[in-house]
Amino acid sequence: MSIALSDVENIAHLARLHLSDQEKEEAAKSMSNILNLIDQMQSVNTDEVQPLAHAFDAVQRLRVDEVTESNHRDELQTLAPESEEGLFLVPKVIE
Amino acid sequence: MTELGLAQISRALANGEFSSLELTQEYLRQIASENGDLNAFITVCEEQAMAQARAADEARSKGEAGPFSGIPIAHKDLFCTKGVRTSCASKMLDNFISPYDATVVENFNRAGAVVLGKTNMDEFAMGSSNETSFYGPVKNPWNRSLVPGGSSGGSAAAVAARLCAGATATDTGGSIRQPASFTGITGLKPTYGRVSRWGMVAFASSLDQAGTMTQSAEDAAMMLNVMAGSDPRDSTCSEAPTEDYTASLDKPLNGLKIGLPVQHFSEGLNSDVEKVIRDAVAEFEKLGATVKEVSLDNSHLSVSAYYVIAPAEASANLSRYDGVRYGYRCENPSDLEDMYKRSRSEGFGAEVKRRIMVGTYALSAGYYDAYYIKAQKIRRLIKNDFQRAFEDVDVIMGPTSPHTAFPIGSKNDDPVTMYLEDIYTIAVNLAGLPGMSIPVGLVNNLPIGLQIVGKDFAEAQLLNVAHQFQLATDWHKRAPGK
Repeated sequence: MSIALSDVENIAHLARLHLSDQEKEEAAKSMSNILNLIDQMQSVNTDEVQPLAHAFDAVQRLRVDEVTESNHRDELQTLAPESEEGLFLVPKVIE
Repeated sequence: MTELGLAQISRALANGEFSSLELTQEYLRQIASENGDLNAFITVCEEQAMAQARAADEARSKGEAGPFSGIPIAHKDLFCTKGVRTSCASKMLDNFISPYDATVVENFNRAGAVVLGKTNMDEFAMGSSNETSFYGPVKNPWNRSLVPGGSSGGSAAAVAARLCAGATATDTGGSIRQPASFTGITGLKPTYGRVSRWGMVAFASSLDQAGTMTQSAEDAAMMLNVMAGSDPRDSTCSEAPTEDYTASLDKPLNGLKIGLPVQHFSEGLNSDVEKVIRDAVAEFEKLGATVKEVSLDNSHLSVSAYYVIAPAEASANLSRYDGVRYGYRCENPSDLEDMYKRSRSEGFGAEVKRRIMVGTYALSAGYYDAYYIKAQKIRRLIKNDFQRAFEDVDVIMGPTSPHTAFPIGSKNDDPVTMYLEDIYTIAVNLAGLPGMSIPVGLVNNLPIGLQIVGKDFAEAQLLNVAHQFQLATDWHKRAPGK
C-alpha cells in the first residue's frame, strides 16, 4: 500500500518534523515499503484476540500520594538552551 | 590483563595480582590506541575512571572490596551518567550532560565498578548495524569493513576488542543479541522488567530492557547480579525476587529439554550458519539434553507487529525532544512551531525521523485500530506461541541472526532489509522473555551466535545452560586476530 505526499505532510506536521520536498518523496517511498511489511499482519484473523500491551499483562502500580521528590529546577535548568528567572524561554507563539 | 574475562579479573584483583589502577590504565591505553578506528566509544572518562580505580584499590586495602570492586566496564550511551555526556548517539543530545545517574549506573558505582566511558550505538537505539550514529559507524573488530551489529554495536565491539571487561547494553528487538552474534561474544537480554529502566533513555517502553555484553555467561551472571532488582522509580520494573545468578551455573544439563522452532530453520537461514547452529545443539545433546522440534506459528508476523509497536512507542517517547528544556535547539527560530520542527528535524537522523513518522501514522486517527491494536493482538498470539512451546521444553534455541556480519553501507537502500535482520530475535522482546546469544562457531572466520530463549525470569537457567556449553567448548575464548 502506498502513501500519498499529502499524508506524509500531515504526519510530519503531527510529529512536528520539517521535511524538504526531496525528504517528503523519500519518506513516501520508505513508508510505503514499511507499510507493505506491516500489512502482512492483516493475513491472520484476530477478532477474538485481546491486545497485549505489556508482556505480563501488568497494570500500572500505584503508590501512596506522599511527596517524595524535591525541587531541582535550578540545577536542571542549567541544561536549558534559554532560560530566565526560572522560566524556559521560547519564541512567541503566533496565533 | 585486558584479555581476561570479568570473573577472572575479579579473582585476580582479590589475589592482588594487579591493581585496579594498573588494569584501568591498560584499558585506557588500548582504547586510545584502537578507538580512533573502531569508534566503539563516544566518550572516554579517563579522569573519572582513574579516580574510581584508586577508590576501589583503597577500599580493597581496607578489606572493604566486593566482587565487582575495581572492574572496568563501559555503559551504552543511553544510560544517564551524572556529569558525563549522555548522547544516545544523536545530535539531539550531543550537548546533554546528564544531571543524574541511571539506576543501572548507580548500581555499578555502588558495587565499586570503574566506568571507562560511554559506548557508541545506533541513534536512539534504532538500528541493527550501528550505522545510524551521529558519531559515525562502529567497525566490527573481526573485520573492520563489516558492521558489529546494532543497536549496541559499540558495547559489543568494545568487549570483543577487549577494551573493557564487560559493557551494559539494551535490547528492544535484538540490539544485544544480534551484535553479540556478529562479534563473537555473550549477550544477555533479561526478562522485561528484570532490570530498572530509570535513567535509561526510552525508545519503546514496553520492549526496552537493559542487559549485558561479556566474554562469557559467568561474566554476564556477575553483571546481572549488580543490575537486577526492583526499583520504585520505574513502575514497569518487576518486584519479583532476584537471586544470585552465579549460584546455579554449575548445574549439569541432564534432562534439559531444548526446543528448536521449525520456523527459525527454514528459508532465509544461510546454510553454513545452520550447520554451525545444529552442531552446537548436538553439543548440548552430548551434555545430556534432549531436543525436539517446536512451532512458533505466528513467528512470521513478529517483524510486522514490532515495526508498528516500536515506532509507535518511539514517536511518543521522542516527542519530549523539542528544543525547550534541554538538548538541541535550532538557530533563530521564527516562532514556536518553527522551533519545534527545525530543532527536531536538524537534531534527529534519518532513521529516527522515519520511525517517528511510521509510529505517528500508526497511532493517528483512522489507523489506530488497523495498525496499533492489530499489532498488539498479534503480540498476544506470539506470546501464546511461546507459552505453548514452553509446556513441552525448558529452553528454545536457534540462530540469533540469519547470517554473519555484513559490510558497512550494504543495507542502505531499503529500510525493510535492515528490519529483517532481527527476524529471530524480535519475537522474544514482544513476549518479554529472557534471551541470550552465545558464540558457537565461525563461518568464513566470522562469528555465529546461538540464541537461547527462556521462560520469564529464568535468567539463572539460561546462564547455567550457556555456562555448561562454555565449559565444554572454547568458541567464547576466540577473539579477533587470535
